[in-house]
This record gives sequence, structure tokens and C-alpha cells, in this order.
Amino acid sequence: MAIHRITVTINGEAELVDVPSHMTLLQMLREKLALTGTKNGCAAGECGACTALLNGEPVNSCMVLAVECDGAQITTVEGLAHDGQLDPVQDAIIEAGGVQCGFCTPGVLISARALLDRKPDPTEYDIRDALVGNLCRCTGYFRIIEGVKKAAKQKV
Amino acid sequence: MVMAETKKLPTPIGEDKPRVDVYEKVIGAAEYTDDIQFGPQLLHARIKRSPHPHALIKSIDVSKAETLPGVKVVVTGEDFPNHIGLYLKDKYIFARDRVRFIGEPVAGVAAVSEELAEKAVELIEVTYEPLDPVFDPEYGASPEAPLIHPDLENYEVPNFIFPKPGTNIANHFKIRKGDVETAWSQCAAIVERTFRIPHVQHVPIEPHVAIAKVDEKGEATVWAASQSPFAQRNLIAKALDISQSDMRVIAPYVGGGFGCKAGVTMEALPVAIATKAKGRPVKLLLTREEEFYTNFVRQGLVIKLKVGCDKNGNLLAMENTMYWDGGASTEYGVNITRAGGYSSTGPYDIPNVKTDSLCVYTNHPIGGAYRGFGMSELHAGIGQVMDELAEKIGMDKIEFHRLNCVQGGDILGTGMKMHPTGVKECVEKVAEAIDWGKKDPPSAPNKRRGKGVALMWKAPAMPPNAGSSAVIELNEDGTLTVNVGGQEIGQGTFTVMAQMAAAAMGVPFDWVRVKGPIDTNYSPYEWQTVASRLTWSMGNAVVNAALDARQQVLQMVAEAWDEDPDQLDIVNGTVVSYQSEQEMSLKDIVVYGIMKPGDTGWMGGPVVGRGNFMPTYVTGLNAETGQGERAVVHYTTGAQGFEIEIDLDTGKLEVVRAASAFDVGKAINPGLVKAQIEGGFVQGFSSAVFEEMKLKEGVMQNPSFVDYRIATSADVPSRHESIIVEVPQEDGPFGARGVGEHPMVPTIAALGNAIYDAVGVRLEGPPFSAEKIYLAMQDAGVVK
Repeated sequence: MAIHRITVTINGEAELVDVPSHMTLLQMLREKLALTGTKNGCAAGECGACTALLNGEPVNSCMVLAVECDGAQITTVEGLAHDGQLDPVQDAIIEAGGVQCGFCTPGVLISARALLDRKPDPTEYDIRDALVGNLCRCTGYFRIIEGVKKAAKQKV
Repeated sequence: MVMAETKKLPTPIGEDKPRVDVYEKVIGAAEYTDDIQFGPQLLHARIKRSPHPHALIKSIDVSKAETLPGVKVVVTGEDFPNHIGLYLKDKYIFARDRVRFIGEPVAGVAAVSEELAEKAVELIEVTYEPLDPVFDPEYGASPEAPLIHPDLENYEVPNFIFPKPGTNIANHFKIRKGDVETAWSQCAAIVERTFRIPHVQHVPIEPHVAIAKVDEKGEATVWAASQSPFAQRNLIAKALDISQSDMRVIAPYVGGGFGCKAGVTMEALPVAIATKAKGRPVKLLLTREEEFYTNFVRQGLVIKLKVGCDKNGNLLAMENTMYWDGGASTEYGVNITRAGGYSSTGPYDIPNVKTDSLCVYTNHPIGGAYRGFGMSELHAGIGQVMDELAEKIGMDKIEFHRLNCVQGGDILGTGMKMHPTGVKECVEKVAEAIDWGKKDPPSAPNKRRGKGVALMWKAPAMPPNAGSSAVIELNEDGTLTVNVGGQEIGQGTFTVMAQMAAAAMGVPFDWVRVKGPIDTNYSPYEWQTVASRLTWSMGNAVVNAALDARQQVLQMVAEAWDEDPDQLDIVNGTVVSYQSEQEMSLKDIVVYGIMKPGDTGWMGGPVVGRGNFMPTYVTGLNAETGQGERAVVHYTTGAQGFEIEIDLDTGKLEVVRAASAFDVGKAINPGLVKAQIEGGFVQGFSSAVFEEMKLKEGVMQNPSFVDYRIATSADVPSRHESIIVEVPQEDGPFGARGVGEHPMVPTIAALGNAIYDAVGVRLEGPPFSAEKIYLAMQDAGVVK
């Protein structure tokens, strides 16, 4: 089992990590770096709980090998807030009441952040489309969608 | 007293306070069970599972697995001879002698890595002798069916469950009220119909996970994603012959439960393995595939209904026969059948009732609690036959519901007298919200529009004496730490408990902390986080604890001021006297007490409030007639309505708008109540249009999110209105009763009625897929 030493920038911090060939980005985040905000819901790229930004693009981190991330920029839910200041999408989802059990929340927030980076003024259809890969069993999505709308209105 | 009055803050009861758990959840800091780090001593468990739906175990050879380097423990059913189960103790931790469903644990392995554990599982050789299986509950209840539990008569069972030894019937709940046979002859209209409700899965986004450590002395610690840390402690301890006091269950935040993390499902497996692991922690995390069929599922149901009314539309009689597909073990399912039985009329006043609710063993996955257990399934039938009967007698459907819905004072099917309830108001408000009676044209010529409404009721389904307790500690700065044993599974209970504690104590909301994890060593007892019972039951315990703490403070201050404690109050965190107008902050005195005049000593001491609650008034029901004085603690009622369109070319169903109304007694936090209504509505909608465990010869054909669809952000209706009705609960804290489960109960029926209204077809059961709707329209000649 080959071990690879890779350099990744995670939430703005450069990290040197030794990863086995078959280790996923999700496993690296959770097991090597104890960044457990990113969740494992299916390990098959189907539920979106493990969504992280890889060079600004949302990915299912359970479907990406850690070795592929050598030299990459990764953002996880832990990297959304800065200096105690929540990201507008975090504030807005709180205000809208879009959190229940909270297990899908990190993935939802990352997908929403990626959408707003790409399209600061999304339509409701854009929001639903951007979140279609983030399964939520508690909220019924209404307040999540509402939260992303609110976040879009608050310009950073 | 003017001074004190002006300091009064608005009570936090009825306010949309922000969730107390939300900040840590949005920054990724909230800790769930799988997030806990155990270090390099951690062993990983995997389970050898039965590939047969029904077979005798002839031999198990673990020798190759045991000698694989890195494998530390291999166990089989031989090692654990005791039964386990919440109501009916019919299950082993690992199968012994016989397997009863595909996925049943046969052996367990713990190794230094998951890969090695998996490899060891593959090396275990099991030989089976297949037996004839049972896949249909009606057949299973017949004398011809092979017996799945030949030892049924020897199982331990509580006195309100009635198994039939020598059959596959694990519980038979009966109601015999009035005389249905005579009543049929007086009916002007009768409807008879059979519905089949498929198995569905809870699908929490967090899979089941448990880690167990058993030290050399035999003391066990379990970390689990759990709705039931106390029930798990009790049942696992009993099954492994450990004292409850030597077993500790720690339960962090739960990433979705919906019933599947109640009772004991997979949690006993790592504990059993850990008993042989010499103090090393053993972790079992289920794969998504295992999550789908090796744990609790929602049981399938075949329901045969006959209802009749007189020429004025008054309901006269109901006959309801339910065959529940209990699966391989009915340890929890027997009580689902019981709940289905005592609530079998739905929220209707019917003088003559004959109910037979049968819990039948099959070789399907094990049925367990799922959000309002039994009720979504049962109401799928009741809600539709009522719709049909109203039409048959020629009455407006809303008028029919208003005429027949249950009201305070009615004598229910079980003989219990109904308490005041707002179901009539719920149905009226839902009808108004969807403009009942007004038919808008469809949005396109190839579409048909329709509206449907259904009512519901549900009582907390639990043992008669399920209890709650709470401990409130006061801190140096006057703030409150509220300790509870009920779990935050997303419903918002910690927030609601904080609101109740603040209101009862007389302090601002932000002075109260309610936090997990629930830890059976330190948290006070709570039966289980199920049955929509926490707001009501744990809420009462919290209020009692706050009143106890408050009384201690007032006594102390009254003594210090030499005043009557009845003249004192706590307002906004300050003790005030209406008599002398003195004031004293809670700060410091609630821990250090108060100095006696002239430094002559001290009075008081750290204030700790205790409170508990247990219903004491639920009575037994006669085994043959189901009659008794009080079957349940109370019913939460409600209604839901849809306006939909169906595409005649494809059968595709689209929701134009929907509305839900529930009588919650008192909404402690209206925003959280509405969040429950919305979330439950979508879960109900998802089960009504997408979800079905496709079981073929006991094999689940679709155990993944790709093949088992749940509603996504693209699927949810764009218009849904949540309506709160408040008819107070006599023994509820501030008048509140629960609503967590109820919002998904009427959904299948309401949607089924809307489909009928749109295109004139009624399906035998969900999911109401485009394909099934199209084929039904074809059969009925609606389309060619």
C-alpha cells in the first residue's frame, strides 16, 4: 500500500499529509485532519453530506481520492466563517430556520456557497438545482431554499 | 407591584426563539457519534449476515477468520444466549440455530482495520438448510404458513401484548364496540376497500453507528447515534448480564432518527463483540446498503376496510382488519400493531367498531418504529374510504368530515372519553387554505386538476407508564443548566426545553443552557425520544424541576428578608418582593447562599431543582374487546389538503399547493412547530410518491439512494401553508402536546383523494408514481 505525501491548502492553511493511494478526500479530512464537520452519509456520492469545495467547485469528497488533491485548494464547512464572522449563507440559514438535525447542513452550506460564488443572484430554480445533490430528510427543504435566497440578498 | 411588573420580559412561551444548537451545527463543530476520535486502539467491526430469508444454521466455521493477522475478535450466536427486545423478547443479538431474514447478523468480527474485518467476514463459512419462507402477512397469519418462531410461547412479553403461540401472530389486538353486523343493515351507503402499503425506510442522512468499550471488570461504555440511550442501556445490559449501573450509554447529537434509532437495533452488536476485545473500543458503522434493510424498516400493511353511514351521512359502523408485515422479529412491531388497533377508527366518531389488528411474522426485514408508527399506513386507508363514502352518500366531503370527526366528550372505539380537540378547526382551515369548493381550470389542456383532504389523529404510543425526569442546576451567574435525558434529533427539543425552563423559573431565555451529549451516567432518566412525547412529558419534568429550583430560591430569600414566600417572585432573573419592594439578583445567591444578618452564618446552598413526570392514568384494555377506561394519554389531531394536477399523457403528478393544520395544544415555539409540519409534510409526500422497498423473495432490490429515491430540493412543492391550531392539553406544559410525527400521517390519503378528484382513479397503495397513475387511468378508460 503506497503512501503519498501531498500538499493541500485546506481552509487557507497549507497542510502536508501522508495518504494511502485508496484514501478518499473525505477520509483524509475526517481521519487524518480531524476536520469532522464534513459528514459521511453514504460513501457513494449519492447524498451530498460530504460536499467540499475543490478549487472552488463543489465535489462529493467521498468520490475524490486524496492523492488527486495534491496542490489543490479545499474549503470545508469549518472554513466558511472568518474571524468569528459567519458567512452570509450560514447567517441566513439560521435566520430562515433551515437547520434541524444538522447532518446535511455542512454539505448544504458548501453547495450554497458555491452557487452564490458562481451566480450571486440566483433564481429559485437555480437554488433548487444547486441543492439537488444534497439530501435532507428533516426540513423538507423549504427553509433551506429560503435561507439561500436571503443569503443572496445580503451582499458580502 | 408596578416596579416588578415593569421589569417583566415577555414570556418566551409562544416565541420563535432561535435554536440553541444551531450555531455549532452551521460551523461544523456539532459533534455526532462518528466524529468522536478513539485513537489507534480502535477496532473496526463488520458483520457476517444471513443470505437466506429463512434457514436453519447447520454449522459455522470461524477458524480461517480467527487466524487472519489483525483480527482480534470473532463471535457468533453461541456466545450470547439471551434474548433482547423492547416489548416482545424474540430476538438474539446474533442468530442462533435459525436465520429469519436476509441481512440478519450471524457472526461478528473486530479487526484493526475495516478492510481486514471485511476480509475476515468473508472467510467465515456458514452452512444453512433453507426453510420455506413467508413473505405475505395474510398468508403468514394462516394455519398453512410455516412457523417462523416455533418458541413464541416461551418469549417474555408485557401484559398488553397478545401473541398466539403455534401461529405467526405475534400480537392480535381486537376492538368489539357496539354491533357492526346489525349496523350494516341500517347503512344507506357502505364502502369496502383493501389497501396495500409497502415497506419504506427511514433514511436518516447519518447512518447508524455505535462504539463500545468493555473494560476488564466488565463495565461497558457505548457511544451511539441514539434516540434511546436509557432503553439501550437497559436492554443491552439485560441481554449481556451486565448491571444497568455498569453500563453507560453516551449519545451525542443524532443526524436524523425518525424512529430507526429508537429501541435497540444494531447497537448491541459492537457491545457484544467488545466483551471479548479486552478493553479496546470496537466501532460498527453501517454502510448505506446495510442501513436500508438490516435495521428497522417501516412494516408493510394490508388493510381491509368496510365503513358505512346513514342517509344523512352519519357514520354508523367500521370493520377494520389489518395484517402488519412484522418481519423476522416483532420485538418493537407488536406495539405498532397495538397502536394501529386502538387508533383504528381514525379521528371519527363511530358507534359500532370491529377491529382486528394482527402483527404477523414474515421473513422480511424487522419492522420498527417509524415517525408516527402505524399511523401513516393506517390513515392511508381510512382517509380514502371516508372520502369515498362521503361521495357515495352525496355529501360535500368537508361537510362529511365536520359532521363525523371526533370531538371532546365522544366515546372512542376503546371506550375512552375524548378530550377537547381541534380537528374540526384543522379541517376547516385546510379547506379554506386550498379554496375547497372552487375548481380552477388546469394549466394545460392535457392536464386535470383535483383537490383532496384527509384527517388524522395519533396518540403517543408507548407503555402506559413511560416516564421523564429533569435536573436543573443554577450557576454562579444565575444561569440555568437544564439536564435532560431526551435527545435532540433535529426536532428542536433542547430549544423548547430552554423556553419552558426560562418561563417557569422566571429568567431570560438566554440564561438557559440545554446541551448534550445525553449520558446515562449523568443525565436524568428518559424513557425514549419517540412518540412525539418530549414536549409534553419531558416538558412537564422540566417545568417541575424549574418550579422546584424556584421554590428553593424563594424560600431562602423569604427567610433572609423575613417575608412570606408567596409575596415573592422571580422576574427577569431577579427575586422581587411585592410586599417590601426589595430586590435581589439570582447571581451568587443560588450557589453561595445568603449571609445571615451580622455575619452570623449562612443560609441556602447550591440550588438544584428536580422534576419528573409519568402518566399514571392509562388503564389496561380488555384482550377480547379492546375496551377500557383510558387507552392512551391523549391524541394530537390534524388535517392536510392538496391541490394537484395530473398530466394525462404521462401520469405525472404535480402539486399546485398544499396546506397542513395540526392542533398542538400550545405552540411553545411556533417556528419550530412549523418546521416540523413542513418537514413531516415533505417526508409524507416523499413516501406517497417515490418510496418503496422493493422486496423480492426477501431480497431488497433497491438499497441505495439512486434506486430508492427520496424527495430532493427539486421535488418539493413550491406552495405549502402550515397552520397551527391550539386547543390546550389539560396536563401539558403551558397546554402543549407533541407534533413531531403527525405531519406525515395524513399525506398518503390526502394525495390519494386529490388524485381521485383529478382523474377518477384510486390506487391500491403508494407510491403514486407517474407509471402507476398512468396505468390506472388506462384501466379506468380515462386515457386510451
